[in-house]
Amino acid sequence: MSATGIGAAVRRKEDFRFITGQGQYTDDVVRPGETRAVFVRSPHAHANIKSIDVSAAKAMPGVIDVLTGAQLATDKIGNLICGWMIHSKDGTPMKMAPHPALAASKVNCVGDAVAVVIAETVGQGKDAAEKVKVEYEVLSAVVDPAKAQAKGAPQIHPDIANNTIYQWHLGDAKATEAAFANAKHVTKLDIVNNRLVPNAMEPRAALAEYDAGTDNLTLWNTSQNPHVARLVIAAFVGMAPEHKLRVIAPDVGGGFGSKIFIYPEEVVCLWAARKLRRPVKWTSDRSEAFLTDAHGRDHITHAELALDGNGKILALRAKTIANLGAYMSTFSSSVPTYLYATLLSGQYDIPQIYCEVDAVYTNTAPVDAYRGAGRPEATFVVERLVEVAARQLNLEPAELRRRNFVKSFPHQTPVIMAYDAGDYNASMKKAMEMADVKGFAKRKREAARHGKLRGLGFSAYIEACGIAPSQAVGSLGAGVGLWESAEVRVNPTGSVEVLTGCHAHGQGHETTFAQLVSERLGIPFDSVSIVHGDTDKVQFGMGTYGSRSGAVGMSAIVKALDKIEAKAKKVAAFMLEAAEGDIEFKDGKFTVAGTDKSAAFGEVALNAYIAHKFTGAELEPGLKETSFYDPTNFTFPAGCHICEIEIDIETGKSEIVNWTAVDDFGTVINPMIVEGQVHGGIAQGVGQALMEGAVYSAEGQLVSGSFMDYTMPRAHDLPSFHVGLTETKAPSNPLGIKGCGEAGAIASPAAVINAITDAIGTEELAMPATANAVWAALQRATPRQAA
Amino acid sequence: MPAVSMTVNGKAVSGDVEARTLLVQFLRENLRLTGTHVGCDTSQCGACVIHVDGIAAKSCTLLALQCEGAKITTIEGLAAADGPLHPMQEAFREHHGLQCGYCTPGMIMSALDIVRRRGNDLDEHTIREQLDGNICRCTGYHNIVKAIAAGAKEMGKGGTTQQAAE
Repeated sequence: MSATGIGAAVRRKEDFRFITGQGQYTDDVVRPGETRAVFVRSPHAHANIKSIDVSAAKAMPGVIDVLTGAQLATDKIGNLICGWMIHSKDGTPMKMAPHPALAASKVNCVGDAVAVVIAETVGQGKDAAEKVKVEYEVLSAVVDPAKAQAKGAPQIHPDIANNTIYQWHLGDAKATEAAFANAKHVTKLDIVNNRLVPNAMEPRAALAEYDAGTDNLTLWNTSQNPHVARLVIAAFVGMAPEHKLRVIAPDVGGGFGSKIFIYPEEVVCLWAARKLRRPVKWTSDRSEAFLTDAHGRDHITHAELALDGNGKILALRAKTIANLGAYMSTFSSSVPTYLYATLLSGQYDIPQIYCEVDAVYTNTAPVDAYRGAGRPEATFVVERLVEVAARQLNLEPAELRRRNFVKSFPHQTPVIMAYDAGDYNASMKKAMEMADVKGFAKRKREAARHGKLRGLGFSAYIEACGIAPSQAVGSLGAGVGLWESAEVRVNPTGSVEVLTGCHAHGQGHETTFAQLVSERLGIPFDSVSIVHGDTDKVQFGMGTYGSRSGAVGMSAIVKALDKIEAKAKKVAAFMLEAAEGDIEFKDGKFTVAGTDKSAAFGEVALNAYIAHKFTGAELEPGLKETSFYDPTNFTFPAGCHICEIEIDIETGKSEIVNWTAVDDFGTVINPMIVEGQVHGGIAQGVGQALMEGAVYSAEGQLVSGSFMDYTMPRAHDLPSFHVGLTETKAPSNPLGIKGCGEAGAIASPAAVINAITDAIGTEELAMPATANAVWAALQRATPRQAA
Repeated sequence: MPAVSMTVNGKAVSGDVEARTLLVQFLRENLRLTGTHVGCDTSQCGACVIHVDGIAAKSCTLLALQCEGAKITTIEGLAAADGPLHPMQEAFREHHGLQCGYCTPGMIMSALDIVRRRGNDLDEHTIREQLDGNICRCTGYHNIVKAIAAGAKEMGKGGTTQQAAE
C-alpha cells in the first residue's frame, strides 16, 4: 500500500482552507449589489391568512420590496414537490398537498413563510419584517401523529381526509399471522422514535443572482445535491429552464440529510433576484433553522416478534405511524417506507415480516431524511425486540442473535432486500472481545459498590446503502435514478481533475477520491483535484446522502478510469510503435510486453493532446472520459455496537463508560476518515437516545427551538470510542465498498437503550432517556429505591 | 453611524457601524474575515469564538462598539500568510479534528484559550469539560479532543501558551 493510496490514512486535502479560516461557505460569498431577504413567518401552527398589509414595511428605511404569496402565485411560481410516489395498499396514490414557497391563504406550521422583505441589510430587513401586518384566523392544531387521524382532528389540507397521506404495507400479512399463531413466544413493544432536529452547524443559506443580459439565474446554496436542486427548481417549480439555471453548492457545513431537500427560501431568493434585478441573499439564523429545516424520525410503532421454543425467530410485524409534518418534503415519502420496512429483517433470518405504515400530516415542520433515514428506525425496532426477547427467554442477548444471524449469502429477506455479503458473527465476536464482555459482571459488581447501576447493550445493525440501482428504486416509486457520474480529465501535463456528481459536506471526498485516482494512475496524490458542487462545471449527478459516495460515486470514477486507461493504451501504442494489445499499464508506466520500451503516464497524456504520433483518422486526440455508473444492488454495511453505561441511582444520569463499534464497511479507502464518520454517527445516535428531542406544545409551538432548549451532544456528554473493522467485500461494485456515513447513527440508539434498560431492569424506555426519564423509570421499576 | 476602531490580527482597522452591529458582523461583513462563523443566535455553539485582548470571547455576544481599541485575533490571524501553521491548527489536521470545517475556527480559538488557562498538559476529561461552549455536529468530538491534547503539547515544546503569530 502506498502512503497515499487505497487504505492509507492520508491527511485531508480540504483541511488547510478550513483550519486557516479560508473555507468558502454560501454566506461567505458576496455579490455586487447584494440585498438581504428576511422572511415573515407564521407564529401560529394552523391559521387562515385573512389579510397581509405590507405598506408600513415597504416604507421602512433600506427596504427594496416586500413580496407575498399572492404575488408568487401571480408570477406562476410552482409548488415544491415530493419526488417519491408511494401508493397505499388500496392502490391509491399518496396525497400530496400543495406546498407554495410563500403561503398565500393558509399556514400549516409555525415558521411557514407568508412574506419576504428584501432590504439593503439584514437589520433593515428585520425591522421591516416586524411592520408587516398579517391578520390570522387561528385554527386548532394537531401535532401528535397518533392523534392526526382521529375523528374530529383539525383537517390540515382541505381535500385530504384524516390527514392521511398514505396507508402502505410491505410483506405477507397472512403468512406472518400464521407464523405468529404457531409461535411459542411473542415479544411486544410500543416504540416512539423521537423527533430530531438535524442541526448541521452551518445554517442553510441561499444567494441568487440574475443576469438580465443572458437571462441566466445563479443560485449558491447549502445543498448536498445541486443538480437535483436545479432539476426540481427548473422542472417542477418552473423558475427557469434547466440550462438557464446554475446551482453552486460551495463548502457546505454539514448536511446529515437536511440539505438534500429543496426549500422555499431558495425558490423565493431566485424569484426575488429576477424580479428586483438585484442579488438576494438569505442566511438562516438558528431559530429559523429549528422551525424550517426538515426534521427527522418521529415514528410511533407497535412491534411484535414471534419465536419458537428454541429462540428461533419466526416472524416480525410492525405497525407504524410516521409524522411527515405540514407538507411533504422532497423525499419524505420514501423514508418510513422503502428506507424503513425493507430493513426490518435486521441481520436475521426471519421467514415472515409484515409492516404497515400510515403517514400523516401534522401542524409541525416537515419531516424527511436525517442521517440513516428509516434505517435507524428499523434498527431500533429490531434490536429492541431481539434484546427484550432474549431477556424474556433467559437467553444471553448475544446467543439469541447468534442463533438467528443470516449465515449464507445471498440471502433474500421477505422485505425486498437481497443481502449479498457479510459475516455478522465475526463483527459481534470481535466487538465482544474489544468490549471485554466477559469482564462485565465484575465491573457491574464494582459499580454497584459505588452506588451505580451498570448495563450492557448490543446493537447488531444492518443498513442498505450504495443508494441505489435506478431500475429498482424506479419500480418502488422514485422519481429519479440513483446512479452516479464521474468525468476524469487528464491534462496535457499529466495532472488530473475528477468531476464528480457527488457532493462533500464534511466527508473528505477531495482526499479519498484523489487516493483512488492516484493509486490507479500511479500519479502523485497532489496531482489530482476533485471538482464538485457546480452544475456549470460538473455533469449531472445525484449528490451525496445514503452513504452512497464511496460505493456509487467512486465506482463511477473507476469506470471512467477504465476508459482512460484503454484510451491511453492506444496513445502509448502509437508512441511506442507497438500493438495496442501488447501495452501494459502498471505503477504509472506504460510498457510494451517483453521489451524495455516504456512511457510514463505524463508522457502519454501529453501525446494524447499534441497528437503528433497518430492521425485523426486513427485516433481522436485528448484524454477525458465520463462514466455514469448505475449500481446493480444496494450495499449492506453491518456491524455490532456495544454500549456500556453507568447510571447514578440518585439522579438517573447516564454515563457511557465504554463504546465499542465493529463495522463491516467492505473496502476502506481511508481508515482515518472512516473512523471519523463512525464517531460522528455514534454521537448523533447517542444524542437521539439520551438528550435530543423536538418537542411541540399542543398548540404547535416548538418548545425546544434553540440550543438552549434542544440538547445537542457536547464534548463532555460523550466518551472516546473504540472502533474496529471487519471486512467482507461488497460484491456489487468494483471496489468492494459498502459505505460508512450513517452506520453510527443507525446502530447507536438501540445500543444505548438496551444498555440502560439492562441496568435498570425495565423493558421499555422512551427516548430521549434523560436523567429525569431514567430516574422516573427507576422509581417505577424499583420503588424501594425512592429516597 | 458611530465609528469604531480596533486592531484585528495586528492591523489597525476602523469602520462606521450601526450601534447594534455585533462584532462578528463587523468581522465578517465589514472586514470580510469570513473564517469566524455564526452557528446559532443564543451564544451556545462557539463557531464565532475569537480572542479579545488575548482572551476567548463569542463574537456574536459582543457589540462591535464594545471592542473600541481592543486587540482582536481571529482564525485568520493565527499563522502568517507565508509562515507555518500554528501548532493547534496543525494538530487539528493531523488528528482529523474536523469534517465539514464549520465549527473548526471556533474550536481552534477555544482550544488556545484552554491552553492559556490550563496549560500544555491537558487530560481528556479537562478538554471535554472545557469545550462546553463549542458544539460540533460532525466529529463526535473524539478527534477534536485528541487534536487539542496534541496541539497543547506541541505548543509547550515551543515553551509557550501564547496563541497568535501576528
